Amino acid sequence: MIRIPNTLRYRPREGMVAWAFHRLSGLGIFAFVVLHVLDIYLVGGNPALYDEVLAFYASIPGRILEVVLGAALLYHALNGLRIIVIDLWPRMTVYHRALWWATWVIFIGVGVPGGLIIMRPVWLPILQQLGLA
Amino acid sequence: MADQPQQAEESLSVQVSPVSRGRARPRGSRREILAWYTIRVSGLMLFVLALAHFSILHFIWDPGEQTADFIASQRWNQFFWRGFDWLLLMNVLFHGFLGVRTVVLDYIHRPAWRDFTLLLLYTTGVLLFIIGTQVVLTLPSPGGVQ
Repeated sequence: MIRIPNTLRYRPREGMVAWAFHRLSGLGIFAFVVLHVLDIYLVGGNPALYDEVLAFYASIPGRILEVVLGAALLYHALNGLRIIVIDLWPRMTVYHRALWWATWVIFIGVGVPGGLIIMRPVWLPILQQLGLA
Repeated sequence: MADQPQQAEESLSVQVSPVSRGRARPRGSRREILAWYTIRVSGLMLFVLALAHFSILHFIWDPGEQTADFIASQRWNQFFWRGFDWLLLMNVLFHGFLGVRTVVLDYIHRPAWRDFTLLLLYTTGVLLFIIGTQVVLTLPSPGGVQ
């Protein structure tokens, strides 16, 4: 008999996962907004330090964080739109599961090309070395 | 008689799922209704403003070419983009701080802690409003702002 760990036994439904992701992505974006207002303040206050911060944003670890930020932003935006649609048009609750999967189709369709653009400095040199670009 | 509630449920043309409605529009309290609408209206604004801002500064421009000089002389040399980013900031502040307020109200129950956390939250919001507005209004652009 296969034993399933307790953490995997409870299978969350779409609405609950949507809610948990919305809250997590919202808190993450909030943290970045606080950081971002402070870093923009440096443009006038301490330009040399701002350039150092931006050099980190442009590094590989910085870019990975930007992809995470972009993913949080895109998910929060799409799921937020889904919430507004359902709030204003309660009949759409019947299709809430379809709407939830639609947000993921758009998320992948927009997010994957976006992530690839941000990570260009990682894969472009490899393609160039292989003579493919 | 025992199966009457079930029959009533089945006769509804629309079955409303209890899990998918998010936060139902509050009744009664004017303040809560205002917060509920503010979150949604600013959310719609941010759908355009925040996604456009992110796309411009990560897809059209690359963070590798963004220095303090770039912000002053290229990104913020037009009133339009300063206004755009300021409008984005205003919507982010209301949306983000009301959102965190919801989280605080959900998890922090002891009145003293709750008041303290909310005070800290609103103070941070006002500070970011002042800092952000100041930098948008005062950052000099070498060639002047058009």
